[in-house]
Amino acid sequence: MITSLYRIQAICFKELMQLKRDKMTFAMVIMIPLVQLVLFGYAINTNVRHIPVAVVDHSQSALSRVLVQTVAATQVVTFSHHFDDIKSAQEALEQAQIRAILIIPQDLSQRVVRHASLGFALPDSSDEQTGRPIAQWLVDGSDTMVAGAIKGLRNMPLAELLSKPANRSTPTFEVTLFYNPEQRSAVNIVPGLVGIILTMTMIMFTSAAIVREREHGNMEMLITTPIRSIELMLGKIIPYIFIGLLQVAIILGLGYLVFNVPINGGLWALFCITLLFIAASLALGLVISTIATNQLQSMQMTIFVLLPSILLSGFMFPYEGMPEIAQYIAEALPATHFMRLVRGVILRDVCFTDMLPDVYWLSAFTFAGILLASFRFKKTLD
Amino acid sequence: MNRDSAPDLIIQAKQLSRNFGDLKAIDKLDLNIDKNRIYGFLGPNGCGKTTAIRMLTGLLKPTSGEIRVLGLTLPQDAEKLRLKMGYMTQKFSLYDDLTVKENLQFIAKIYGIFGATQNKRINELLSTYGLNQKQQQLAGSMSGGQRQRLALAAATLHKPELLFLDEPTSAVDPENRRDFWEQLFDLCQQGTSILVSTHYMDEAERCHKLAILEDGIKRADGSPEQLMNNIAAHVVEIEAEGLRHLKQQLIQLPEVVTAAQLGARLRVLIKSSVTNPIDFLQHHTEIVTNKISIVRPSLEDVFITCTGSRRQ
Ligand SMILES: Nc1ncnc2c1ncn2[C@@H]1O[C@H](COP(=O)(O)OP(=O)(O)O)[C@@H](O)[C@H]1O
Ligand SMILES: [Mg+2]
Repeated sequence: MITSLYRIQAICFKELMQLKRDKMTFAMVIMIPLVQLVLFGYAINTNVRHIPVAVVDHSQSALSRVLVQTVAATQVVTFSHHFDDIKSAQEALEQAQIRAILIIPQDLSQRVVRHASLGFALPDSSDEQTGRPIAQWLVDGSDTMVAGAIKGLRNMPLAELLSKPANRSTPTFEVTLFYNPEQRSAVNIVPGLVGIILTMTMIMFTSAAIVREREHGNMEMLITTPIRSIELMLGKIIPYIFIGLLQVAIILGLGYLVFNVPINGGLWALFCITLLFIAASLALGLVISTIATNQLQSMQMTIFVLLPSILLSGFMFPYEGMPEIAQYIAEALPATHFMRLVRGVILRDVCFTDMLPDVYWLSAFTFAGILLASFRFKKTLD
Repeated sequence: MNRDSAPDLIIQAKQLSRNFGDLKAIDKLDLNIDKNRIYGFLGPNGCGKTTAIRMLTGLLKPTSGEIRVLGLTLPQDAEKLRLKMGYMTQKFSLYDDLTVKENLQFIAKIYGIFGATQNKRINELLSTYGLNQKQQQLAGSMSGGQRQRLALAAATLHKPELLFLDEPTSAVDPENRRDFWEQLFDLCQQGTSILVSTHYMDEAERCHKLAILEDGIKRADGSPEQLMNNIAAHVVEIEAEGLRHLKQQLIQLPEVVTAAQLGARLRVLIKSSVTNPIDFLQHHTEIVTNKISIVRPSLEDVFITCTGSRRQ
């Protein structure tokens, strides 16, 4: 038992020594979370703004100019082009110079006067023009995000058009936003990023660490020593647990300082679930290492796991919106469970009992992974 | 296998075979290796030396045949064997990115040697193998000879009874090779049994006993003297003019195994079925020299005679 611990410690120590000398990998440990954090935190923004659009103004009135200014004031779109006819505007749309066209009809002022939201329409009027929209958008609908943003302009208040206090109708629903009231995407992305980066680095490092021994011929020496498979496996993953925790500290620390992402839940809970997820990813890395014969293969398999982890885990798109089959796949990925846990702890401070299903699942995954890897890892060269 | 087999046999193999697909890497190999001796596997690249050693160390499962090493049946008892044997792989298999000392410390810990014992043993090995000055150097930055000494130090760290060395001197210059063999004899004297593979004749000649392997088949075995005495050929050296032409003539004859030029002489191997090789030579060629003599066979002659059958 003591010698067993001693051997595990020997492998750990050796692994850390090698890591210390491997400047490239060491840099990766630090750079991956830093770069990803900046990329995802700043660049990926689900609030679409300043979409380039054109206006075709058939009305050419003071009112139409105020309308254009009002729309521009939302910052959703920027009027980059003005065209006199729809045809040339559509050409620009085709050439992707603009994403949408606002067409203002000649009878803009009549339409505005009769528009329901401004309250001029007579209640008993059965005039067909009552309730007609005042202008039209032609949108390049291929990007659903862009289209969605412009669709959001449909019910834009028009009060300013007539510099008249709005006779605003009472909304059907009142919406109060919990956890991320200012709707900053970083608040949702940074905790999720912990899961993605750990998936990437933990699986990659462990799988490569064992495959590398095989490639360099060290394995032939190791398997003639009395070391046991499980000792080798544990010795290989323990150093990476610390590396994983270091990365989490970098991501959440910077997330807090730079993006102001709060940590609402307890640090202990956060520590425990992160540890669990690191263990699960490392176990998966070990299983990969028993299948891959060289580092390229282990890298390919890492990506095979990483892509669905990014796309299906709920990191980018809400889990609930995915088709059933995708949800089944997502359930199998450790990242999905971790995503729920980490967002739960960081943003909502959920209580422990609510996390149990995910915690159980991750524990079972880790256990099964280490067992499978030790079972598959044979101390022979056959 | 015979349980009460001779106690002074450290390795026994019967009809040991290993196939890789259609290739018979080792074919029906029988071995009986004595305790406390240096035993050699001599053969060209690809003849199956590494495969044989890997089976004898329990790293590869034989396709068929039986193995007993140190009284343990392989491959079942492979784990028990690990503590009693050391193995120096053909390719350097310690860590290039660890220093000499770190490598040795790592191996020591793996074998459960720690504390003061570890320090003492490592210092002992560092001075035995002349690595004292190098202990802080990365293994990857050392010369072939230094790496080989480090590998030997690592393989003998836990004082194994049996040591397997797979082509230990292939990346080493002649002087270091000689020193290396001195170390092997020291180990042997201290009671270690050694199995070493090589493709160098001079090294094979230093072994107490050896087996000549070709294409996975054992062609001959015994001590170098036995092998040289029992050679199935006469060795004749001819000193004359026009040796290139003479050689071409001779190798046409079915009784001639080979002919090789050594400076001004031609060394000819003639099958032992020929009773008087000098008469035979003078009868079959127009040699105009009296410098023609029967000489003592070398191990290389034995090797060529044993493995030559394929070439004809
Ligand atoms: N793992 C393997 N898979 C397939 N063929 C192998 C394998 N290992 C060795 N061989 C083949 O078996 C033969 C003997 O190889 P080896 O034992 O390495 O020879 P040596 O060590 O004497 O140079 C060679 O033809 C080699 O190509
Ligand atoms: Mg070999």
